[in-house]
Amino acid sequence: MLAVDDLAVSYGAVHAVRGLSLTVATGEIVALLGANGAGKSSTLNAVMGLVPAASGRVEFAGQSVSGLAPERIVRLGMTLTPEGRHVFPNLSVDENLALGAATRNERRAIEATRAEVFELFPVLAERRTQLAGTLSGGEQQMLAIGRSLMSVPKLLLLDEPSLGLAPQIVDLIFDLIARLRTRGLTILLVEQSVDRALEIADRGYVLRNGQLAMAGRAGELRASTGVERAYMGLADV
Amino acid sequence: MDVFVQHVVNGLALGGVYALLSLGLALVFSILGLINFAHGELLTLGGYAIYGGLAVLALPFGGAVVVAIIATAVAAMAMERVAFRPVRDASAASMLLTSFAVSALLQVVLQNAISPRGKAIVTPAFFKQAITISDLVVGSIQALSIVATAILLLLLMVFLRSTVLGLAMRAAAVDFRTTRLMGIHANAVVATAFALSGILAGVAALLWVAQSGSVRPLMGLVPVLKAFIAVILGGLGSLPGAVVGGFVLGFIEVFLRAYLPGAALEFREAIALLIVITILFFRPQGLLGRRVEAAR
Repeated sequence: MLAVDDLAVSYGAVHAVRGLSLTVATGEIVALLGANGAGKSSTLNAVMGLVPAASGRVEFAGQSVSGLAPERIVRLGMTLTPEGRHVFPNLSVDENLALGAATRNERRAIEATRAEVFELFPVLAERRTQLAGTLSGGEQQMLAIGRSLMSVPKLLLLDEPSLGLAPQIVDLIFDLIARLRTRGLTILLVEQSVDRALEIADRGYVLRNGQLAMAGRAGELRASTGVERAYMGLADV
Repeated sequence: MDVFVQHVVNGLALGGVYALLSLGLALVFSILGLINFAHGELLTLGGYAIYGGLAVLALPFGGAVVVAIIATAVAAMAMERVAFRPVRDASAASMLLTSFAVSALLQVVLQNAISPRGKAIVTPAFFKQAITISDLVVGSIQALSIVATAILLLLLMVFLRSTVLGLAMRAAAVDFRTTRLMGIHANAVVATAFALSGILAGVAALLWVAQSGSVRPLMGLVPVLKAFIAVILGGLGSLPGAVVGGFVLGFIEVFLRAYLPGAALEFREAIALLIVITILFFRPQGLLGRRVEAAR
């Protein structure tokens, strides 16, 4: 579904990502791991067209999306739930969800998706008219994911969904990601909670200093030790 | 008491014009971070479009007003497309200087192509009449200002609250990048902001011209400065703030003109600014502005 080939991202003289190739097949959860600053978010942002790629190709559903604006890419069926949630704080929960469906026209289909989102996150249904800025961190994360689902993506890029959340909420979010896959969604997950991410992922890629350090089945990566775990940002565990 | 109510009506009428202009400035600022000083020239163009509609096309007054509102909306979008889009990713200073350039250019073009001096506009006789509501005598221009402002603000509120593009405008004001992740076209949001600011300037032009009875190439300068003050007063970046700031400034001016003793009357602009500065001293973020918070 997604094929990234020899991707490079630079911010001025800083090379955030170099020579990265990865694939995500339909129905998979793929984890993109690595320490802080390893280039995970830069990769997602470049795939999504939010930052320009210095070189390399990105193909989505058999079509090149290199150089396309993010709004075009969203319309093709790939979307990103950004790091730090980025709900619109001055808009209500309902309005945030309505914007998530901005690419769609049929009212009834949108209504059906919203019902599904409320089924996944009952707490959002209780807070429909509340401003998103007044939600708790966990609720904002649910809203951010729900908002992404409103566009009915084929591929969801999730950037650090557990960042800054309480442990029970993190459990809830990971359960949810696993459930989304059973609904046919393909997911590329960036996470710092490496063990949690590998529990639900099929495969993983590990970045170090912007380059691919390891790749493999989730089980193999979980079994890795020592220096390899350090690459994943687990040096302090 | 009646006199007081009369001043309130005048304050609403003048404040309404400021509110329309400052809302136009605030809409564009909230999306692009640009204070568009060429906004005053949209008012001027609106005035000249009314003049042209009457004198050249021989339209009835209402027709000329419709032409003017369309003209200012188109002019605002053209301004964005030609002048501001190429510098959209440049620094705020570059965009500000671009707006000064557009402003100066339009002034010179109007001065040379039409006349450096003003042109009289024959307003309908209705504008000189007054409407009497029990004891209250309201000039029809004041009544028009209040009604037009109210309708326009209401329409804009409905647009911003119940259409996807309106929601996108409010979202983009806070987080443009994430708004694009919703599949909203960046150019559509920016063009809409300019089109709306143009429509608001077109209606403000009608109210301004109805009051003054003439158009001049430099007529936009003072109103845009007032609108800028109103935007800052209300809270830079806040749309309701821009409206409130416009009305507050209008009320301050009208009440100073009414109640200052004769000797102080010529200092009323300075006193008005002093009041604004005092308000900002206690609320530096403006009346409805939020303190700048770190990104969540």
